[in-house]
Amino acid sequence: MQLKQKLEILADAAKYDASCASSGTEQRNSRDGNGIGSTTGMGICHSYAPDGRCISLLKILLTNFCLYDCVYCVNRVTSNVPRARFSIDEVVELTLSFYRRNYIEGLFLSSGIIQSPDYTMEQVVEVARVLREEHDFRGYIHLKTIPDASPELLARAGRYADRLSINIELPTAASLSSLAPEKDGVAIRVSMGRLRERIDASKDKTHTGKRPPRFSPGGQSTQMIVGADATDDRTILNASADLYGQYRLRRVYYSAFSPIPDASPVLPLQSPPLVREHRLYQADWLMRFYGFESHEIITGEQGMLALDMDPKTAWALQNRAMFPVDINRAPKATLLRVPGLGVRNVQRILSARRVRAVRLDDLVRMRAPINRMLPFIQLPDHHPGATLDATSLPAQLKETPAMPQQLGLFL
Amino acid sequence: METVYLHHETDMDGWRDAARRLILAGVAPYDVHWCVRPTEESIAQGEIFAMPSAESVPDTQAPPAKDGQQLMVSKQFVELARMVILHCATDRFGLLYRVLWRCQRERGLMRLTGDADVARLHAMAKAVGRDKHKMKAFVRFRETVVEGRPRYLAWFEPEHHIMAAIAPFFIGRFISMDWTIMSPRIGMHWDGKALQFLPGGMPEALPEEDASEALWLSYYRHIFNPARLKLKAMQKEMPKKYWHNLPEAELIEELIAEAGARTQAMLERPPEAPRRKIVGYKRKPD
Repeated sequence: MQLKQKLEILADAAKYDASCASSGTEQRNSRDGNGIGSTTGMGICHSYAPDGRCISLLKILLTNFCLYDCVYCVNRVTSNVPRARFSIDEVVELTLSFYRRNYIEGLFLSSGIIQSPDYTMEQVVEVARVLREEHDFRGYIHLKTIPDASPELLARAGRYADRLSINIELPTAASLSSLAPEKDGVAIRVSMGRLRERIDASKDKTHTGKRPPRFSPGGQSTQMIVGADATDDRTILNASADLYGQYRLRRVYYSAFSPIPDASPVLPLQSPPLVREHRLYQADWLMRFYGFESHEIITGEQGMLALDMDPKTAWALQNRAMFPVDINRAPKATLLRVPGLGVRNVQRILSARRVRAVRLDDLVRMRAPINRMLPFIQLPDHHPGATLDATSLPAQLKETPAMPQQLGLFL
Repeated sequence: METVYLHHETDMDGWRDAARRLILAGVAPYDVHWCVRPTEESIAQGEIFAMPSAESVPDTQAPPAKDGQQLMVSKQFVELARMVILHCATDRFGLLYRVLWRCQRERGLMRLTGDADVARLHAMAKAVGRDKHKMKAFVRFRETVVEGRPRYLAWFEPEHHIMAAIAPFFIGRFISMDWTIMSPRIGMHWDGKALQFLPGGMPEALPEEDASEALWLSYYRHIFNPARLKLKAMQKEMPKKYWHNLPEAELIEELIAEAGARTQAMLERPPEAPRRKIVGYKRKPD
């Protein structure tokens, strides 16, 4: 089989992994070596596909042959998709030749399980080793780890990788055992726990002041599939809060289940609206950067996030007694809860109001989304008055439903 | 009216020296005219491409002038000035001087992100930062062979004067490669040891083909999931103005056009029994 054909099959096999991040790792460059590559703090997206996803890394599977039969997965053993397998050298060469042309930040390598979890993991780690040791490659490497692989192999993976990930796949143990019978939720969490220990240890200096060996400086991440089962958003967010807390994940990715070639009849035919995925990310952000607890974000009996409104606005409407917030007096934690006010603008307000009172014009020039904020804030030259308690307010703040993509206009 | 001649578009040294002198002499912003006029000497020395460095910006420890008057420069101003000077707006030198002038009189001015002048500096710095980021992302090299060595050539059209400022990024990443990045105004060439700036060029100088570009196009085509179209999200981060220099962009129209039918076909296809013999997987015993 030709390289091009393998690339097509093994990119097709990898595209359902949402993550393509090249951020969060240490900063490196190649100035003192004969190799190639560097990393930046925030990562670089080298391209975007029409699905809106960033293309930062060469995201491929080493092979899409797989022994497992996870029903949501395009590569499950019972699927009839075409199969291929890269050699280690092919992946190394492909990564380097893409990197030299500035197409990518590095490699995100995953694999179907062949022979055994250990055998598969060994192959994946070997690609990273050859890149690092034989080519002095200093770009980004993300390795998908296989939870059942031995701890020694995970340790080796962490030596070469910038980020490791283990997909939790589904938010509940029941869903996992019904949709991914060979996967073991307990083993996944045990592996995450092991990774966390090693990642934490690599950051602490020992009592002798020595630096411990490098281990996945970009931390670990995971992915949850949304909409393949009946789990509600509340359960998903609680699962995320637990993952962030217990294993200190850098990111939980939410991937709206989408139709795949040769799908299993067990799966729902209808994929969830993409906006659900978007709302989960917004809620995730509220938990990580805005001081929200997972139980505050969803209070309704339905257990679902509103689709027609961002979760912060939805929260504010249910807690109108807390508003209006006085922009010039409220503490930081309260400012962070104002709809439309982001972390950066909160910083700017805090800094500016030490010099003089912040007025409406200031917010406009800071490019804050003023219309969304006005019902909830108080300034020397603005008070929402009755608008805050108006029964029509929720209707006003609804986002107009996304129009069906107008391809004619776009092209 | 006083006229200040700067040596090149990003002449931070020239701006700083003039600004310091003018502030201490009490010359008001509306009495200064700033313009760029390269001297023959500076062209000969290649100075027109000099990078603004950390040292070339006034700092808070500036020595007091003869009459004991000290220049007030905050760290925020220095950081913004370093970015703003790379902006293509022709009034940037005057704007920076006006803000520096106001800083001498208005305490805490740089904290007021809602002030019109300060907001404009932030917006300009942001535009420059975005231009730099997009250049790191969207430069595409093509490989060719020059005198028996592979050389990587790219054409890019930055909006602002960022070429020199972006050079360290490409050097640190591709130190052992020979590469050249050309743009309409200026080009740069790295030979593995030293960086050389070149006069601006034309995109026609790029090699016609590249051995790996077809593979990259295959990858782009296949990493795309036709069942989710988010065109706005794509265009927000990869605006159309960059497309003509991105080889993969030629696929976008076709991928969008086919997406609906491909998704429909996936949904309508009846489930199929596995064509291979399936051996059940046995988890290893603990």
